[in-house]
Order: sequence, then structure tokens, then C-alpha cells
Amino acid sequence: MSMTAATLSESLGAIVGPGQTLSNPDHLHGYRVSGKTPKAVIRPGSDQEVAEVVRFAATKRLTLLPAGARTKRAMNVPTTAFDVAIDMTRFDRVVAYDPDDLTLSVEAGVSLSRLEAVLAEHRQFLPLAVPFMSRATVGGTIASGVDSPLRQFYGTARDYVLGMEFVTGDGRVVKSGGRVVKNVSGYDLHKLMIGSFGSLGVITKVNFRTFPTAASIGAFIAFFESARDAAGMRHRIAQSPLRPLTLEVLSPQATELLFRDRARGVELGPRLIDTPSKAAWALLVSFAGSGRVLERYERDLRALAGRDASALLDENATSAVLARLREFSPIALESSPGAVILRLSVLPSAIAHALDDVTLVAAKRELPWAAMARGVGVIYVALLPAAEDGEARSRVGGVIDDLFAAFRSCEGSITVAWCVDESNEAISPRKTTRNDLEQMRKIKHAFDPASVFAPDPLGAWV
Amino acid sequence: MDARLLNDLKRLLGSEGVLHKPEDLLLYEYDGSVEVARPDCVVFPTSTAEVVETVRLAMRHHVPLVGRGAGTGLSGGALAREGGIITSFARMNRIVEIDLENQRARVQPGVVNLDLSLAVRHAGLHFAPDPSSQKACTIGGNVSENSGGPHTLAYGVTTNHVLALEIVLPSGEIVHLGSAAIDPPGYDLTGVFVGSEGTFGLVTEITVRLIRLPEVVKTLLAVYDLVDDATQTVAEITARGITPAACEMMDGWTIRAVEEYVHAGFPLDAAAVLLIEVDGLSEVVEAEAEAVSEVCQMHHARSVRLARDDAERDLLWKGRKNAFGAAGRVSPSYYTQDGVIPRTKLPATLRQIAEISRKYNLAIGNVFHAGDGNLHPIILFDERNKQQFRDAVSAADEIIAFCIAAGGSITGEHGVGMEKDRLMPLLFSEADLDLMKRVRAVFNPTGLLNPGKIFPTTKGCGEIYVRPQPAQAVPSP
Repeated sequence: MSMTAATLSESLGAIVGPGQTLSNPDHLHGYRVSGKTPKAVIRPGSDQEVAEVVRFAATKRLTLLPAGARTKRAMNVPTTAFDVAIDMTRFDRVVAYDPDDLTLSVEAGVSLSRLEAVLAEHRQFLPLAVPFMSRATVGGTIASGVDSPLRQFYGTARDYVLGMEFVTGDGRVVKSGGRVVKNVSGYDLHKLMIGSFGSLGVITKVNFRTFPTAASIGAFIAFFESARDAAGMRHRIAQSPLRPLTLEVLSPQATELLFRDRARGVELGPRLIDTPSKAAWALLVSFAGSGRVLERYERDLRALAGRDASALLDENATSAVLARLREFSPIALESSPGAVILRLSVLPSAIAHALDDVTLVAAKRELPWAAMARGVGVIYVALLPAAEDGEARSRVGGVIDDLFAAFRSCEGSITVAWCVDESNEAISPRKTTRNDLEQMRKIKHAFDPASVFAPDPLGAWV
Repeated sequence: MDARLLNDLKRLLGSEGVLHKPEDLLLYEYDGSVEVARPDCVVFPTSTAEVVETVRLAMRHHVPLVGRGAGTGLSGGALAREGGIITSFARMNRIVEIDLENQRARVQPGVVNLDLSLAVRHAGLHFAPDPSSQKACTIGGNVSENSGGPHTLAYGVTTNHVLALEIVLPSGEIVHLGSAAIDPPGYDLTGVFVGSEGTFGLVTEITVRLIRLPEVVKTLLAVYDLVDDATQTVAEITARGITPAACEMMDGWTIRAVEEYVHAGFPLDAAAVLLIEVDGLSEVVEAEAEAVSEVCQMHHARSVRLARDDAERDLLWKGRKNAFGAAGRVSPSYYTQDGVIPRTKLPATLRQIAEISRKYNLAIGNVFHAGDGNLHPIILFDERNKQQFRDAVSAADEIIAFCIAAGGSITGEHGVGMEKDRLMPLLFSEADLDLMKRVRAVFNPTGLLNPGKIFPTTKGCGEIYVRPQPAQAVPSP
């Protein structure tokens, strides 16, 4: 790309108006991803403008990356080159909300917190309790595919995104799906967009199914001596008729990280709870319903926990605890200068085994860590070196290597989800046995034939 | 069909694994829709390896290939529109693995939907998608069509329950999509494959999620003197934030047809009934059943009855699930649509359908998944009367146009197939359809796999084929 930053800004300004481009280095730095700073930022105001920017980029061989609130720049997405950031925050309209139909159509730049307020007026919500909730936008949340503890009950975005509009790499505005809760017209292309990290297109609009807010919520926490015991409780709940909202197994360090030690207790919202020991694994489960339903959950969960130490949380404490749980990744990233968060995906029956492996491997390398295992089988392992230096990096790399080795024969996957240090070589791709990467490459080409979009997530998906 | 290809297929699958005589092919000209298309032969592979070899042979001879389960589809998805080979999965019907601890099952595509649920019932589990044809339809077909059913209102459609797939591409490659462990990294190829109507690849193995059976189930029958009251009830239940496990509606015409046939105890003089099911923890079910009953009464239900026991519940469901069979008994032909509307538009839409029925002087029965706004108007006609047939198609088109204008869709669960391909441009732009075609080409570049489906061809609406519906029971969607 031979264009100077000034001519680039000028050309882009001709598309979106001169007031909607940024080229000041300070501003540009805030859009930095994977160690790469864009040469310009553009703030389009319509999907036609996005399409024009994409077509312009294709002719000038520029690479693009959409941006929202920029909360996920520490997510690990390999990016080869990055010329222009498409800031989508002007896409801030709630296009349609039909509370009686429980459907919603919003532009990509709308923040989740604003959406929460709009939906709350009708006692509804979206089960997207995701990291950086107070700032994150709809587009970034969907494009990054971050998950929510509420997936235990509600599933993930793929289960409640009804349709989408986006701009593909050849500068065309495309839609998929619709706005009704049941629909099999045409291919579900929007499912490909979820978690694609902006590598297939720029999401401009998302249609959701919304959900009624429960009458009340409650939570239950039980402490165990081992990961195995905590996972055993998870299994007993899965075998019961209970259908909790969230279900997480937390390592002792995760409990501490999320709820902080205060004297000898753990602060759970406004409450202080005595843990049996500092080395206790926790199982945290929340549930919703009328007063009678909550009583039923409390009774059954107590019985399932047996003699292990446990506590019930009231509505306020539950909200506070869920808000912390949602922010596990941001909290972990902030707690260490060289934090790397791995995402392990395993069968539920393998949760205990995986957590045992992590414990062993991290102990061997003397690396502080914390783990949060969702009941469905997704485990976040935060590796938290005390310093950011070569030695810490090599220990992180060692743990990742050991885990890959330990998991070689298991059903599942390991990926590096978040990484503070963008130059960390520990996260370079490992070998894979999967055989659908060729189809993924072709999908990328079908959506983005000229490779206009900068992210190349395939490298991280092995 | 090329004799060499036929010989090669026989050598591969044995002569009992290949049908090619015209009288043997007759059955495979049909599915559950009004479409007809004759294949050149039908093959019955017994393993993934045989599927691979079949695909290779077909592609070498540039012959179209169409996958087929039980042939219960309602949009012509499993018909060989351009001739060629139908690959029946009737002999790949093994449940390969049941993993109770992880609530997963791995099955071959020919496994019958209900058989999987029966196989895990002892452990308190089931496979949630329950198309009304579930006693016959296969899970491979469910995957291809992204099938729904009455209980998908609360439990989701097929795509919400499929974790991984083994597929055979037209190139003969075996590709594994997804993973039994949740959320494999990468583009959601499993998600885009489910519902691709056999145009991407042949499914040879499916890993599904199994769901715990509810602790308690309650089934209510609400009877109405006015259709409007029934549809208002549905809108109100949704607006109140109650998600029943199922919420089905039948209008007066359908009730009478069904009652004559099934004797389920539906009142013959009613204008409409709602069949509403709530399930879950006993505490939840009790409260929801009470709330639902209250809403029904608020909207002038003549009576609200709770099924006393499983026998009564089964009978009510039998009535609902055989509604289409009942229609076949009273009319020489019928044409069913599958449009979807936002649930608040139900009252207006049913009024519009009544209006269209009067305009064309055609009886239109309504039996549908009211809870998710998925209509199934049954337009009755006699195909020997050409004008009536043209009117039936026009009436169907007007209903679909109304659904689209209301913000809905042309198909909720039956698929586009060769029946609604001409309607696709009403929903999607050229750019939308073009991207879909490019994605199809990722898997199926020559287009020889299930050609003539989903995308509009030059076929005009007057050419829809019609055949008389069988007089005996066919399950309804």
C-alpha cells in the first residue's frame, strides 16, 4: 500500500464526510489490534457507506477491521495487516423492538447496557452477560462470539440470533435469516458470522429473540476439597430435573480473584461467607422463578451438596455475583501484566480431568492461574504470571505445550482466547487434527474474495 | 441412465442395493409434498465408505445425486428434480453410540427420530425435535431440513440440538464438522450445514444433544366460539412471557375433519381449539398451567380442560398430529403452506386467510404451531378442476405475501425445496441469494448434489404438480 496516511484520510473522507475520519496517532493507537495500528479510522453512518468503504479498500488493496467499543482488543485474533478501522459506533439505532413478539432488531453499534435498559422497560432481556458488559456493543459481542454464563439455560447467540445484515468483502449489503422466531428460508449464513471476528464481513444489524425477565433469582454456592468433587456436583445437577440459569466450577484462585478474600471469608455480593479452607473449589449455580420455585431449587441443591459447606444467596447477592462471574476474563487480564486466558472445550464428563491436568501442569511450571469451568464444558484458564518478561512468557508457553500434549487424545479443543501481551510468542498456533479447515478457508473466500478483512482467525482455530 | 454406471453401482452395493425398474422407482417419485420427480435409480449404501464410492461414481458420470431419509418431507427436498441417483439412508439406521453421562448420541442418518427418544427414555432423556412425522422421519432428514415440531417452541428446532456431523462432499471427501465437545473454535459450519436441504453434502453421521425429560407435563385444551379469541389468547400468552412447551391451534374446519377420523374428543361446534402444553419442575408447571388457563378464560374460552392422564393427553396429540391425514380424507387434494408471522399478527393473519378463502371460494383449514407463529393453512381443492387448482395456488401466494408483509417468512420448518424456490426473491435480494450460492459452491461446486432446490429456477407457478393425497393417515407437520 503506497498511499500516504493523509491521502488515505482524504479519500475516506470523501466517502463518509471529512468529520468522520480519524488520523491523529493518539486516536489511532486506541484501535491497535494484534500489535498493529491502523493508518486511519473511519466512522460510516450507513450500510451503503460501509459498502463503499469496502469496495474502495478492495481496489486499493487496503485491509479493514470493524471496531465497536474496542473492549476486546486483547482477544487473540491473528491479523496480518491492518490499514483502516471501521468504527461502527454511529450504528446506534434500535431499529425495531416488538416486546409482545419478543423480537428485537438493532444496529451493530448499540451498546449492550443501553439495550439492557430498553428491554428492562418491558421486563425483558437478552442472555448476553458477556465480558465488558457496560461498554461492549452488539456487533463486537456477536462477531467475537464471547459466551455468557447464562448459556447453561439459554444457549449461545447461535440459539437466539434470528437474522443479520452485514457487508461482505465485495462491498455488498447482505441479509440472512429474518425477524421471526422460526424460519428455514435459505441458508443460516448469520451463524457463520457469529464468532468470525470480522473476518467475513461487517455486521450492521442483528435481529434477536428476547426473553422475559424471571420473577426472581437466587444462587447457591458449595465448596469442595477437589475439582473432582465440585464436578461431581455438576453431574448430579445435570441428572436432576433442575434447570439452572448458570453453573460454574471455580478454582480456589478464581473464587479469590472474583470475590476477593476479606478476612477469612469470601465476599459474595453484600454477604460474607466462610469458606472451609483457602484451597476450596466452588460450584456456583443460579436459578430463576417464583418464590416456590426458588425454594425447590434451594431444597434440592442442599440435598445434592450433602454435607459439603454451602450457602444460599438472595436476589441482590445473586445479581452481584453474576456480574462478577460475567467479568472473569477482564478481571483476570487486569490482575497480571502478562495474562493469557486459554479456552478449553471438553465433554462435561472430562471437566474434572481437565482441571486436574491444568492444576498439575501449572504447578510444574510454578505459574499462578485461575480457572472457571462452565457446566456445559467450556473452561477458561487464566495463566497469570507475576511479571511480563521473557521468563514468564516461556513458562506460559510451557504450560500451553503441556496442556496440548495432555489433551492430544481427548475430544475437544484448546485455544488462546485473550492475551495481554500482543507480542507473546507462546500463543503461536499448534498442530491440529481437524479436517474442516479447508472448508473454512473456502467460506472466507466466498465472503471475502479479495481478502479485504484483516483478521485471519483460522490460525488460532487449530 | 448409463448402463455402465448402473453396473458399477450394482458391483459396489450388490443388486439388492440398487433399484432401477420403473415400478420400483414409483415410490421415490414422491415425498410428503405435492411435488413429483422421477429418479433414474435409488441406491441403498450401508456405510460411509459405500456413500463415498457412490458419490464418486455419480460425479464421474456427471449424474445428479439426492439424499433421502424416509421421504416425509413437505417441500420436495428429497426428490430427484433433475433425475439421477437417490441415495436412500434406509440401511444406515444404527444408533452408533449413546453417551448418557454427557447426554449425547451419535447416530447414522437413517435412524428414525422417535426411535432415538425411545432408546434413551429409560435414562430420562429424549431427542427434543419432534416433527409430527417423528414415527417415520429420519434424523438425517431432520438435519437437512432443520425440522421443527410442536415442542420446538420451548426446546428449539433441530439446529439447536446438533453438535457434530460427518459429511461426504461431492468430491468424495469425508469431512467432520463441529464436535461433541461444545463450541469448537472456527466458523460454525455445523450451523450453516443444518437446514441446507441436502445441497451441501450427504450426512453420514450425526452427534446430537439429548435433553432431560420434564418432571411434570400438563396438557390443556381450550375451546373457543370465535377464532379471534383463540389467536388473542396466543398473543397474550407470549406477551406475558410464558413459553409453553407447545401451543397449537386448530380451527373449526380442522376440528371436524380430525374428530371424524381420530375421535379425540374435540367439540364439533367449536370455532377453534388451542392445545397448550406446559412442562418442567412441578412448581413451575402448576403456576404456568394456572396462568395459561386464566388467559384462556380472559379471552372467552368456552371451556379449558386439563388432560386427566397420559392416555387422554396422547389422544389429544394424536388428533393434532393426524390433522393432515384427516384433511386427505375429505378433499381430493390439498396444498399446505408453512408461512411464519410475528405472533402478535396472528389475529389479523387468520382474518386475512378467512378473507382469501371467501374470495376464491375454497375451503381453507388451519392447524398450526400458534406459539411460534408458524402457520399451516390447508387449502382444499380438486386438481381435476384446473381453475380450482390455479385458484389454490393464487390463494397460497396471497397468504405468503401477507406473511412477508407482516414481517414474516415463507417457511418455518418445511424447507424451501422445489416448492417455494420461486418465492425466495420475495424475501431475499440478488446479493443475498448470490452469497448463498457461493456458500453452496464451497461444499458442492458442481451443483450436482440435489440440483434445482432452494434457488429460483425458471419454473412458473402454473406448473406445480399435484397428486391425490392418500386416504389413510399421513402425519401432519
